[in-house]
Amino acid sequence: MAERKHTLSVLVENTPGALARIAGLFSGRGFNIDSLCVAETLDPTLSHLTLVTYGDDLIIEQIIKQLRRLVDVYKVVDVTEEGEFVEREMALIKVRAEKETRAEVLRMCDIFRCKVVDVSPKTYTIEVTGPQSKLQAVIELLKPIGIKEIVRTGVIAMKREKKSL
Amino acid sequence: MGKVMTGAQMIVEALKREGVDVIFGYPGGAVIDIYDELYKTPEIKHVLVRHEQGATHAADGYARSTGRVGVCLVTSGPGATNTVTGIATAYMDSIPIVILTGQVPTKLIGNDAFQEVDITGITRPCTKHNFLVKRTEDLPRILRAAFHIARTGRPGPVLVDLPKDVQQGKAEFYWPEDLKLRSYHPVYDPHPRQVERAYRLLESSTRPVILVGGGVIASGAHEEVKELAERLNIPVTMTLMGLGGFPGTHPQSLGMLGMHGTYYANMAVANSDLILAVGARFDDRVTGKVDAFAPMAKIIHIDIDPTSIQKNVRVDVPIVGDCKRVLEKLLEIVKEVGRPEKIWREQFKEWWEQIEIWKKRYPLSYKQEGEYIKPQFVIEKLYELTKGEAIITTEVGQNQMWAAQYYKFDKPRTLITSGGLGTMGFGFPAAIGAQMGNPDKMVIDIAGDGSIQMNIQEMATAMEQGLPVKVIILNNGYLGMVRQWQELFYERRYSAVKFQVTPDFVKLAEAYGALGLRATKIEEVEPVLKQALESDRLTLVDIHIAPEEGVFPMVPAGRATTEMILV
Repeated sequence: MAERKHTLSVLVENTPGALARIAGLFSGRGFNIDSLCVAETLDPTLSHLTLVTYGDDLIIEQIIKQLRRLVDVYKVVDVTEEGEFVEREMALIKVRAEKETRAEVLRMCDIFRCKVVDVSPKTYTIEVTGPQSKLQAVIELLKPIGIKEIVRTGVIAMKREKKSL
Repeated sequence: MGKVMTGAQMIVEALKREGVDVIFGYPGGAVIDIYDELYKTPEIKHVLVRHEQGATHAADGYARSTGRVGVCLVTSGPGATNTVTGIATAYMDSIPIVILTGQVPTKLIGNDAFQEVDITGITRPCTKHNFLVKRTEDLPRILRAAFHIARTGRPGPVLVDLPKDVQQGKAEFYWPEDLKLRSYHPVYDPHPRQVERAYRLLESSTRPVILVGGGVIASGAHEEVKELAERLNIPVTMTLMGLGGFPGTHPQSLGMLGMHGTYYANMAVANSDLILAVGARFDDRVTGKVDAFAPMAKIIHIDIDPTSIQKNVRVDVPIVGDCKRVLEKLLEIVKEVGRPEKIWREQFKEWWEQIEIWKKRYPLSYKQEGEYIKPQFVIEKLYELTKGEAIITTEVGQNQMWAAQYYKFDKPRTLITSGGLGTMGFGFPAAIGAQMGNPDKMVIDIAGDGSIQMNIQEMATAMEQGLPVKVIILNNGYLGMVRQWQELFYERRYSAVKFQVTPDFVKLAEAYGALGLRATKIEEVEPVLKQALESDRLTLVDIHIAPEEGVFPMVPAGRATTEMILV
């Protein structure tokens, strides 16, 4: 069976240890986590967690069932399986920007609609937001210029239309 | 206005409201306040064990034998870590126990305080759920939730960590009668269409087998299994955890399947065209090589835990629900359709003829010959003398498998054994718990000379409580199951399986004030067992068995279940 990337949306009780339970589930059962994003929801007693994982259909089925089995987990939705969805990730990229490359970096920012959020004599720090494919493209293009540091948020996702989680 | 109480008072009050009549525990600095309250609460019996592992196994044995939640109480730090094996044992076999652990005061948590350990962190992967209580006023709600979670759905152990200042603080006591847990909703009632699909598969099958697992015992579905099996004339096999879920003496019983299952149970499953699995999780000891498991069979899988379904084997009709309720629905359909029993009988006639051939070809057998006592003979004698009515606990290894093969369990909750985790040292403290919960029943631990030494300290507990538990030690001087593997698969290189020193079990029993008996000759077995069964106090029976006797049939690990080594 083919392995595929899945983005899961998980609503979980905002209690101490809830995140550890989820992380422990993945490590204990040998499931993969590509990225994990957690924050409060409108209801402060619930946290929203976006988790990107991969595996064949049986493994994804197990992951979802195992998540649902946790007493603290309120709801699990496989966003990937629910039709179209919006996916965003943000990265901060500190890139080498000296005389000869400063203009080129700015051009790149312009093309990809990135923002320069910090400037130093030898670097620019760029904020880029978009689907993972866009981040990947920016990173690839900036690599030859010289990326000094990069921090990514991991993906958050939302189903399109009214079917909110 | 709720009554103002200390945390410790709330804990004891909550235990009373949950109907707890016995606690297995060991005191320490972080739980003195609770012990002080227990001192004033004669209605809750406290059993002082000799090691915290014993407390968890005893609570577990109590739970398995009575169907109620077992409770243990230990202190922080080492008290808590000593419970981990017991918790993992209960978790693997889905046994409802509540473990109360003391904890250092909330202000000291994280400071590496004396006897501090992150027990909720440690036990997260081996509890169904756990709690660290931060405020005294949360105690009633959390304790209510702990018992609720432990006993409902797929049962399991729940740990509640109780910091000392939470026990000492004061608050109003509110008991949440209707507990609401918005994220926890076990499914009991099956989807009706799935049950109909299951029925249709049964109707169209020619070689069906019912596979009974521990879920049948947990949900009390044994009557329904029997009714369904008898009405439809379907053979029944049991997993280790399912023994007693269908009468072992029933003509339709094929006994246990799997690694040490009967030849005919494994052959029947391997050649079946339909498996109706009820509360079984297709453990590797049951399936053997998964790719070769029941290649022609469609599988109907009933389980209250959706994660059990489709985990190890592909399933054709998954049914999530409580085993008893699902079978009730299935039986309703059987009755509604009203297919005459004669037709069912006719439909599986050839199948039964084939099964009878397998049964005759390789029945479960051993030869009591030569000077050595055969362990199988001991178990058979024990079965005969107790008329099959004892509660049997086992340790783990050969003793466990011989007990499973040769004691015919007719009723649920009569075999108490660590199936999933395979915990040596489980049987004896579990027998203490079972005897506490069943004072009028005969409770016997079938042990090996290795396992019994893992929790031998609990002899003092049994003596203190006046419990007439019987321990039958099948003493072969080896760690027998490992020795058997070394004999069969490691060219007899017996590495670290021969004890150079073993205590004199008779003298040991006497040292504790218990009765010690010994049999070294075949003719001594029956009188010694009789004497043990008549004894009104803790009795250890040291039976010297054939040192190199093996457990057969045996499916080598990772092989197909049809590739059995028969003797």
